[in-house]
Amino acid sequence: MDKQELLNIRADFPILSEKIYNKDLIYFDNGATTQKPRAVVEKIEEGYYHLNANIHRGVHYLSQKATEAHEAARITVAEFLKAGKHEEIIFTRGTTEAINLVATSFGEAFCKAGDEVVVSVMEHHSNIVPWQMLCERKGMTLRVIPANEKGELDIEAYKTLLNERTKIVSIAHVSNVLGTINPVAEVIRIAHQKNIPVLVDGAQSVPHIPVNVVELDADFYVFSGHKIYGPTGIGALYGKEKWLNAMPPYQGGGEMIATVTFEKTTYNELPFKFEAGTPEYIGSTALAEALRYVQAIGMDKIAAHEHDLLVYGTERLMEIEGMRIIGTADQKSSVISFLVGNIHPYDIGMLLDKLGIAVRTGHHCAQPLIDSLGIPGTVRASFAFYNTKEEIDVFVTALKRVVTMLE
Amino acid sequence: MTINELQDGIIEEFSMFDDWMDKYALLIDLGNSLESLEDAGKTPQNIIEGCQSRVWLHAEMKDGLVLYRGESDAVLVKGIVSLLIQVLTKHTPDEIINTELYFIDKIGLREHLSPTRSNGLVAMVKQMKMYALAFKAKNS
Repeated sequence: MDKQELLNIRADFPILSEKIYNKDLIYFDNGATTQKPRAVVEKIEEGYYHLNANIHRGVHYLSQKATEAHEAARITVAEFLKAGKHEEIIFTRGTTEAINLVATSFGEAFCKAGDEVVVSVMEHHSNIVPWQMLCERKGMTLRVIPANEKGELDIEAYKTLLNERTKIVSIAHVSNVLGTINPVAEVIRIAHQKNIPVLVDGAQSVPHIPVNVVELDADFYVFSGHKIYGPTGIGALYGKEKWLNAMPPYQGGGEMIATVTFEKTTYNELPFKFEAGTPEYIGSTALAEALRYVQAIGMDKIAAHEHDLLVYGTERLMEIEGMRIIGTADQKSSVISFLVGNIHPYDIGMLLDKLGIAVRTGHHCAQPLIDSLGIPGTVRASFAFYNTKEEIDVFVTALKRVVTMLE
Repeated sequence: MTINELQDGIIEEFSMFDDWMDKYALLIDLGNSLESLEDAGKTPQNIIEGCQSRVWLHAEMKDGLVLYRGESDAVLVKGIVSLLIQVLTKHTPDEIINTELYFIDKIGLREHLSPTRSNGLVAMVKQMKMYALAFKAKNS
């Protein structure tokens, strides 16, 4: 990505030129949420100003138009993930709801007491708690794949965890704390040898690396819109048709039914069976716009630029005495978690904030991982394609100042 | 000195600095010089869990006055703990219960006490008053 291209991109994101405490904002908290390009915000505005009517079943013009936009968004998401059929895309509120949907519905259909679910030690709470809840309901056990000191999955240990009781494996494509890009294709291949389906949590991967769910052979793949420059409150679940058809609905209500009598209700077909209530049709349309935006730049180009930022940021951070990078996997996304000496992450985060730099501190909703590393948390800088090396320079200078104050 | 006189003293001390970083440097000094709560005081009973940092608070009653000691794993939080203790320690339960802590606002550190920071400080302030209430109830 050349300089001019980067400048043009940054101009699409008005918030990036905001001042925070009178200082230029440096936004390195993209792992938590990303900023929105004008095109996405305009799409939301257009939706509410010109295309707003409840979708499906409406006979009037606006309802038709809104329905078309929502269903076109589904196709955009399917194409983005390289899914075979757009009926395999279920809109959800985000990654968390998508995982809860699968844990509940898949659990209801296929799990019983004594069964097991496999997750990894580096999961976000969203990919732990729904499974724990399922385990509590059904009397099942949660098994955990360990990682090595670099933050890479222990594949040999993983193999030993799979057995005839294992009903599903649920794993992050990219760790939100360590940045590790997990070898999900291999994880899936190994599970499939034993006919065990795999859910991939794509919250941290979809915005940063090209994803092909069919090539991966993922049974379920989930992500959040707001982490890929789209609006909050919208995300998607990709699920293989054979699983989704065999799973009972997650929530009941409008949209998801075929016929309703007080004696019996029959359910709608995919994808509507899993979309009870009025869908977030403005959000879905704006999410599709966000996907078009990143596609226009190119996911490969985005991944390459972010990799440059990762390499440069890591190099520059290592100049600081006492720097300890948490997560040094060979395959890494643009996330750098770190600690400096014995300084508490909160102190670094608070002082960087005063200098206009947004990073995240704490356990990043991955307490089991942080506990396993025996640390109080980390400071996390997570980059997006609109970030620059110049911003990293300012960040490193600020960090040096902050560390001097705190030492 | 009364609690309010102590609060005013802190406000004056912080008013000497215009720059945020200087205020924070003072807070860091305060945090670093706070007498640490020895391990015996860092009991699970004394811990106040925040999402971002942890605070320990110990209180005892001596000659009718409440004595506080506290600590945090984050130095900025420890600085604020130090200020809260400076203001409230060695006062009667009634004085503590009836105090409005206005100095935090005045020195511009309100954000640290926002519940969304979840650093344990909000719970600590509440806990300090709870101790005073408990001592009062015990002695009456």
